[in-house]
Amino acid sequence: MPFSISLTVNGQPNSIALDDPRVTLLDLLRERLHLTGTKKGCDRGQCGACTVLLNGRRINACLTLAASLDGSTVTTIEGLADGTDLHPVQAAFIACDGLQCGYCTPGQIMSAVGLLSEGHAGDDPERVRELMSGNICRCGAYQGITQAVLEAGHVLSQKTVGPNTGLQESGRNAA
Amino acid sequence: MNRFDFIRPASLAEAVTAAAVPGSVYLAGGTNLLDLMKIGVTRPERVIDISRLPGLDRIEWLPDGGVRIGALVRNADLAYDTRFATTYPAIAEALLSGASAQLRNAATVGGNLLQRTRCAYFQDTASACNRREPGSGCDALHGENRLHAVLGWTEQCIATHPSDFCVPLAALGAVVEIQGVEGRKDIPIENLHSLPDATSARESALLPGDLISGLRLPPEAAAFSENARYVKLRERASYAFAVVSAAAMLDMDGDTIRAARLALGAVAAKPWRAHAAEAALVGQRATREAFEKAATAALADARPSGDNAFKITLANRILVRALTLAHEGTPKVMPALPASPFPEQHIPAPKGDLHVA
Repeated sequence: MPFSISLTVNGQPNSIALDDPRVTLLDLLRERLHLTGTKKGCDRGQCGACTVLLNGRRINACLTLAASLDGSTVTTIEGLADGTDLHPVQAAFIACDGLQCGYCTPGQIMSAVGLLSEGHAGDDPERVRELMSGNICRCGAYQGITQAVLEAGHVLSQKTVGPNTGLQESGRNAA
Repeated sequence: MNRFDFIRPASLAEAVTAAAVPGSVYLAGGTNLLDLMKIGVTRPERVIDISRLPGLDRIEWLPDGGVRIGALVRNADLAYDTRFATTYPAIAEALLSGASAQLRNAATVGGNLLQRTRCAYFQDTASACNRREPGSGCDALHGENRLHAVLGWTEQCIATHPSDFCVPLAALGAVVEIQGVEGRKDIPIENLHSLPDATSARESALLPGDLISGLRLPPEAAAFSENARYVKLRERASYAFAVVSAAAMLDMDGDTIRAARLALGAVAAKPWRAHAAEAALVGQRATREAFEKAATAALADARPSGDNAFKITLANRILVRALTLAHEGTPKVMPALPASPFPEQHIPAPKGDLHVA
C-alpha cells in the first residue's frame, strides 16, 4: 500500500514515499532523511531523546506514525541554529554545562525550546524541572539542564522580534 | 510491530464503518497504541487514523452551563484552557500530573479514556493475562502485584485503570458521547469502563466500531470550582503513574458541605467514584473527623489482591489529604508540581538545587 506524504522538515518541503505504514517519525527522520541528530533511546515514549517540534509543539517522534503526518511541519535539532549562530537554547546548554555524554541533549534542547514557547514555567526552576520531566538524562546533568533552560528563557525574553530571536525562529521553522 | 493496513477516513461515519471490521483499531494521539503495538500486545490488522477528522478538537461551552470537549482535544490544550481550568481545576490538575509535556501535547481526550492498563503482565506477551488473551489466566494474581487493584477486582483480573484525567471526570459525572454503527449514544463515564467479573476481564462497554467523539460535563459540575483538588502519590516526583490518587471537590455553604464529589484512581479497573463517601459528607461541617469518616466509607469494600494491603491505608490517607486540601481552597495558580501530596507550603524544599519536592 505505497503512498506519499508531504512533510516540511526544518523549512524544507519533502514529498516522501512510504511503502510501509509502520514507519515512525523518528525512523523517518533518521533512516530516510538522514537527520540523525534526533536520537532513539527507549523508542517507547519514556525517555524523551526523540523529542522534536511537530507543528511547533514538542512531541515524542517515536510514538508518531509518519503516515499520519501528511502536511505537517517538523523542526529537529538540525533546524535550530542559523548557520553558525546557535539557537539561544543551544548556547545556554553549552554555557551551563547542561550535558555530559550528550546522547539525550538534542531531545533535551528540543524539549526546552518547546517548553519556552509554551510559556508556563516562567523563571521558576521547580516548574522547569517538572515540565522537563519527560526527558531523562542518565548522566544526571539535570542541574545544568535546569540552569540552561532558565538562562535561555531569560535571553529569549530580552530579545526583540527579529530574524533570529529564538522563539520567533522556532515558530518560523514550525509555522 | 506487525503489518497492518493504514486507513484514513474522511468522516466520522466512514471511520465507524471502517472500524467495525474485526481487527481494527482507532489511531488518534498514538501515545498508548503505538507503544502497545511495538511490544506486540496489540496486533491490529487495520489502523483507522482519526487524528485529522474535522470538528472533534473543540471545547464548546453549552447554553445549559456545561461544556463539551471534543475527543481529539489534546490533553495539554484542555489543561491550559483558562476558562476550562478555572471552572474545573481538579481536572486541569489531574491532566497536568499525568505523563510528560511531550505526551500531553500528543495525547487526546478520547484516547486517555480508553488507555490500557499498565499492568506488567498485560504488557508482557509471555505472561498469562485474561485481558490480553481471554481464558489464559492472570499471572499478576501470584506475581509482583503491590500496585494492583484493591477495589472491584476478581481472580480474572486485578489490573488498575491508569488514567488521572478520568478520576475527576468520574467524580463530576461526565457523559461520554459515542458514535457507533447504529448511531449516537451517551453513556455515563462510570459505565464506560468495566470491572472484571467471575468469568471475564472485559475492559469497556464499547462495541466494535464504537468511537468516542467527545464528552460532556453537566452544569452542576461547575459548582465545585472553589474547592477542588486532585492529589496523586507517585513513586517518583514526576512522570509516573499513580500509586493511589484522589479527586476531591466540595461545594461549601459557609463551613457546611452542601455537596461533595470524590473519586479514587489506581485502585480498580475503572476510575472509582465514592458515592457512599460523598453522601456521608453532605450536610456535615468540614472537619478532619468528617473527612476520615468519608474515607472509611469509600474504602469499606476494599480488600488486597496480593501484596498491596498498604494501598488501602494509603488511599484512605490520600482521600483525607485531598479533602483537606480541597477545603483549604483551589490554589490561585497551578502548583509547580501538579497533584503532589507534598506541596511546598507543607514540606518546604531544602535550600540548594536538589529536586526533592
